[in-house]
Amino acid sequence: MGGIPHDHYEPETRGEKWLDRRLPIVGLLYNTLMIPTPKNLNWMWIFGVVLVFCLMMQIATGILLAMHYTPHVDMAFASVEHIMRNVNGGWALRYIHQNGASLFFLAVYLHIFRGLYYGSYKAPREVTWIIGMLIYVLMMGTAFMGYVLPWGQMSFWGATVITGLFGAIPFIGEGIQTWLLGGPAVDNATLNRFLSLHFLLPFIILGLVIVHIWAFHTTGNNNPTGVEVRRTSKKEAEADTLPFWPYFVIKDLFALAVILVIFFAVVGFMPNFLGHPDNYIEANPMVTPPYIVPEWYFLPFYAILRAFDGEVWIVIAADFLTAGIVDAKFFGVIAMFGAILVMALAPWLDTSSVRSGRYRPMFKWWFWLLVVDFVVLTWVGARPAEAPYSYISLVASAYWFAYFLVILPLLGVIEKPLPLPETIEDEFNEHYGSDHGASGSGSASASTPAE
Amino acid sequence: MSHTEDPSGDRRDFLYYATAGTGVVVAGAAGWPLVNSMNPSADTRAASQKRVDVSDVSVGTQLTVLFLGKPIFIRRRTTEEIEAARGVEMSDLVDAESRNENAEGADAEDINRSLPTVDGENTGEWLAMQGVCTHLGCVPLGDGAGDFGGWFCPCHGSHYDTAGRIRSGPAPENLHIPLVAFIDDTTILLG
Repeated sequence: MGGIPHDHYEPETRGEKWLDRRLPIVGLLYNTLMIPTPKNLNWMWIFGVVLVFCLMMQIATGILLAMHYTPHVDMAFASVEHIMRNVNGGWALRYIHQNGASLFFLAVYLHIFRGLYYGSYKAPREVTWIIGMLIYVLMMGTAFMGYVLPWGQMSFWGATVITGLFGAIPFIGEGIQTWLLGGPAVDNATLNRFLSLHFLLPFIILGLVIVHIWAFHTTGNNNPTGVEVRRTSKKEAEADTLPFWPYFVIKDLFALAVILVIFFAVVGFMPNFLGHPDNYIEANPMVTPPYIVPEWYFLPFYAILRAFDGEVWIVIAADFLTAGIVDAKFFGVIAMFGAILVMALAPWLDTSSVRSGRYRPMFKWWFWLLVVDFVVLTWVGARPAEAPYSYISLVASAYWFAYFLVILPLLGVIEKPLPLPETIEDEFNEHYGSDHGASGSGSASASTPAE
Repeated sequence: MSHTEDPSGDRRDFLYYATAGTGVVVAGAAGWPLVNSMNPSADTRAASQKRVDVSDVSVGTQLTVLFLGKPIFIRRRTTEEIEAARGVEMSDLVDAESRNENAEGADAEDINRSLPTVDGENTGEWLAMQGVCTHLGCVPLGDGAGDFGGWFCPCHGSHYDTAGRIRSGPAPENLHIPLVAFIDDTTILLG
């Protein structure tokens, strides 16, 4: 795959040949698993496998939880407590599922920022990037609706606030909001459909994950140098790559094991650390909790939503220019979705021909500022909407947009990149010393570590 | 399908557009009921009214009732609150519309928001409105909360005055007033 020359699956036994003529599924799995993978991948490339594991874990625990959960406003909260107290191992299922969402988002953010730093979104991997962004948006939808199911105070009011975002759309917003909720307010109809969609979306995500993998198996993996694997001959390709199995599978599983040690320490010893105590109070439509705070993984975009209030000049200008159609409320919604949209458009906004940030001296600084910006947005999203936090969130939101809309396009023009290594093999040997393999490009033995 | 060199192109084209057009209509006709099934069901839509006994509401307190899934604030205002609400210049308001279903199109003067008694006299003593912040739907805190002595939404910091009008913060509109009327001295009919 990826146009990288490599050995293909050859059915050997009669049974394999019989099946291969009718359904070449073994060959498909073999070629997927044995895909030539750049041998210089660093630890930031483990998160793909971690994310696939998270999806599987969430689907498995989720299906089991759904067997004990009751989607009714009078019983949902009690049924979650039933899971916690009565169902065999139910507490573990629920805490794994609940904290699994956090691990899922932590991994996806590291995965996204890995892509942003090493230019994984650039040609020819734009489709992989776009599908990844779709998966991310669906993940947010799934997590949001899942959080409503326990029917605690944060569930209810989070649902009210977030569905209220759709109500901000001019003219048709109210109709859409009523349609989404199935009534004038968040109620039983809402809870039922959220369970249905929370169950459905992970399988759509699974489908998109397969397409995501298909897309980057077609183009080949990016790597820390951003230099393409040589496709000129099989010998050269083998000097740049190693098969995914066993080399990267074992590496990824090792990383996953380390991550799971920490994950299960959290599940076992501090399962509610990332939750909100208010969600252990049953939903009450008459009382709003003093602070409605979304789950930590939504905070950066929640901060952007709140940043643009009616006192910001650009909001006032938009309100004036559209004769009040785009008011402060709708502007905040546009900004929040726009923040994800500009990230999705990164392949076309970045004008630099160099992929990897490693060889872009100016880009590096802006990138790490973006990472800091993301952390600041996460922090400020959990603070109350008042001075000085409102100014901090405004500055941080402005940088988020500036990075994608101004800095990425300009850097490609004004920046002088560092010299790139000729090949992945060269960079690999320079990094690890050529005693790890014979020198000289094209040597097949160079790619064979000690076995 | 049809190519330009095909001598019977016109007929083919017609068949193509007719089939495609029928397909779109049929898909839409089949899709709409599916989409519509997510709209509020008949029991939710059923015209709903609620009678509220306000005889126990003393001056300076608020009764909150749930109506159509949303809280309704029924406040019996003090003289100071009424004076404060009536003393506000219209130019100080963020939203100049009454947002009152009982007085559509009126401006946001206090007299257009407060609830007249059963004999039609508007003393300004009664104020009944949806306790739903017009920003993102939280329930504002009452009893003189906020910078304007009325209501304050804890979610994103919207301040409402003693007539429930938005004065500062992200909310775009005054608190909405649903169809409401006194039907006798101590009973309010909602809806």
